Amino acid sequence: MSRAAIFAKIESATAALKSKAAYPQYDMSLVHSQPKLEGSDLWEIFVRNFAYVNGKAMTSTAELISFLQGTSQLHGYCDPALYDSIGSQLAAAGLTVETEYHRDRYDDYQFGITRATGAIAESGTLIIDDDRTSHRLAALSPWVHVGVLERAEIHRAIPDAIAAFGKSPNIIWCTGPSKTADVEGILIEGVHGPGEQIALLV
Amino acid sequence: MIGIQPIDQYARDISDEKQASVIDGSSKGTDKRYTVLHKDYSDPDALRKLAASIKDHTLHHLEDYLAKAEQSLTANGVNVHFAATDEDARQTILSILRSHEVTQLTKSKSMAAEEIHLNPFLIENGVECLESDLGEFIIQLDGDEPSHIVKPIIHLNRRDIAKTFLREGVTDQYNDDPETITRQARVHLRRKYMQAQACITGANFVCADTGRFALVTNEGNSRFGMAPVPVHIALVGIEKIIPEEKDLAVFLNLLGRSATGQQLTVYTEFITGPRSENQPDGPEHVHVVFMDNGRTDVLASNCKEILRCIRCGACQNVCPVYRQASGHAYRSTYGGPVGAVLSPILFGSRFPELADLPKASSLCGACNEVCPVDIPIPDLLLRLRDKAKRESIPSAGAIPMSPFATLATSPALWRTAMTMSKAMNHLPIQVAPIKPLQDWLGQRTLPDSHGGDFRKWMHSRKSTPQA
Repeated sequence: MSRAAIFAKIESATAALKSKAAYPQYDMSLVHSQPKLEGSDLWEIFVRNFAYVNGKAMTSTAELISFLQGTSQLHGYCDPALYDSIGSQLAAAGLTVETEYHRDRYDDYQFGITRATGAIAESGTLIIDDDRTSHRLAALSPWVHVGVLERAEIHRAIPDAIAAFGKSPNIIWCTGPSKTADVEGILIEGVHGPGEQIALLV
Repeated sequence: MIGIQPIDQYARDISDEKQASVIDGSSKGTDKRYTVLHKDYSDPDALRKLAASIKDHTLHHLEDYLAKAEQSLTANGVNVHFAATDEDARQTILSILRSHEVTQLTKSKSMAAEEIHLNPFLIENGVECLESDLGEFIIQLDGDEPSHIVKPIIHLNRRDIAKTFLREGVTDQYNDDPETITRQARVHLRRKYMQAQACITGANFVCADTGRFALVTNEGNSRFGMAPVPVHIALVGIEKIIPEEKDLAVFLNLLGRSATGQQLTVYTEFITGPRSENQPDGPEHVHVVFMDNGRTDVLASNCKEILRCIRCGACQNVCPVYRQASGHAYRSTYGGPVGAVLSPILFGSRFPELADLPKASSLCGACNEVCPVDIPIPDLLLRLRDKAKRESIPSAGAIPMSPFATLATSPALWRTAMTMSKAMNHLPIQVAPIKPLQDWLGQRTLPDSHGGDFRKWMHSRKSTPQA
């Protein structure tokens, strides 16, 4: 009933228009921010823009281990597919690494290592695609989220990442740690999600 | 009638502390937006105009795009509903919740849900409904209303919030450090996310071509709210549709920068339907409720450009009237310049009551300049003033001009009035027992009258022989 009523009202409103705007043909370069895209190496561009949004970019597991030990984040989750390459090294360094995420213990995980299925250099964004990520919550409830990224999966600009959406029912772009400025405009990180967003290049 | 308009009353009664919070928050927002847009783009205006033309095209062909969006969403396994009125929307959502036996849910910030007062309705009907955006959570605890589209508690300071948290048992110790406040909310809300059975959100953009819809938050609250629950309901105004996925690049780049000076909002989530089979977290049931609630009336009006709005709040930040009066002065979900246009027509039956809003503007044009979709707000305000005048709506503060006309067309009467006006300099007219006059003077100071001086000068000039 509502459907028919809404369509009837829309049709009567648009029928009364003297002229209708055509869809504008536009060049995607218009939406590119040239200063943000400066440089030729996509990882370098990404690192610069990721740092701008308070993300931390790392290029080795050793660097990650030293960060986690230095901030006393010693217990966490690692996507089983990344255990052999990364999680096992953390375990060898004395950290507690689980490969199963238990919802009822959501507060036990201080770090969560999941795949970042892509990144956007222009905006310093990590991309997590539902189809290829082990647990949404593992990238959300721990204080530290580590997105493991392959160089070939870095998109240059925002329109490139949109063009690569594919069929996945859920994709999320994470541009820095979770944050708010609701209280007197003061920036606070780690509101509901991670207070540290790390990109680890493999 | 010359009298105090409701918006003036709010501006007069607002406390200095609250006004300082609003002015500070909104002017910072304006500065950040300007800096970022001009740093990142050599010609940000070209982008705004492009966004405006995409929105206009969509609105002019809305029946096609809405039908296409419905078709795409349905093909993706989403249940699509339509709600013509606010009551239809509330009942539709309640019946979806009952069909899934939901008794507890979290809700991420949605202006559409504010518009239909969804929270109190669901709570009355036995569903625990908790706002998860930090600002909205505080608003809900206070039984208050948001006063800004993007920064709902722009009118509060840290002490107000700390008192609320103590009073409502979020914590048992007063602490007004903003970081501590945020951590207290973090602990409280994640417990609620895990207990909930559903999550209600809005949507920022719906792509007609694929049915993919985008949802943005900085805090990650909608992502967290949706991850552990089986049911997701998105309440979406029918004007949120854009033609194609590629258009998202235009709007996302403008939204973050215009709202908070960010290139992108931290969490930008793209949803086409229920979670993948190999993904343990996320809803299995996704419902989209397309709501009209007055939007088709706006589409049929001469103010349809306001439907381009992407709810960034830039016009609120920049508006000198908003800064002085605060969002609550606009007495509806939408405050500031966008609200002054949208509220009187969106809530059609409330037009007489809200007809003073279009008058509350100096028509300085700043709102149009900052608008990411180039809405000609000052023009629309004039069209609404015209409507109020034609409909003889008293609250629009239309001053009857006929006594002035009588005076101005009779030289003798005019002369007497001028001489009398000088006497008024010595009379305390602000205490005259005339209510409208008192109200009017309550906001204004009259300069001293020099009535008759010009006539006297002319007279003496005529009698002096020319050299």
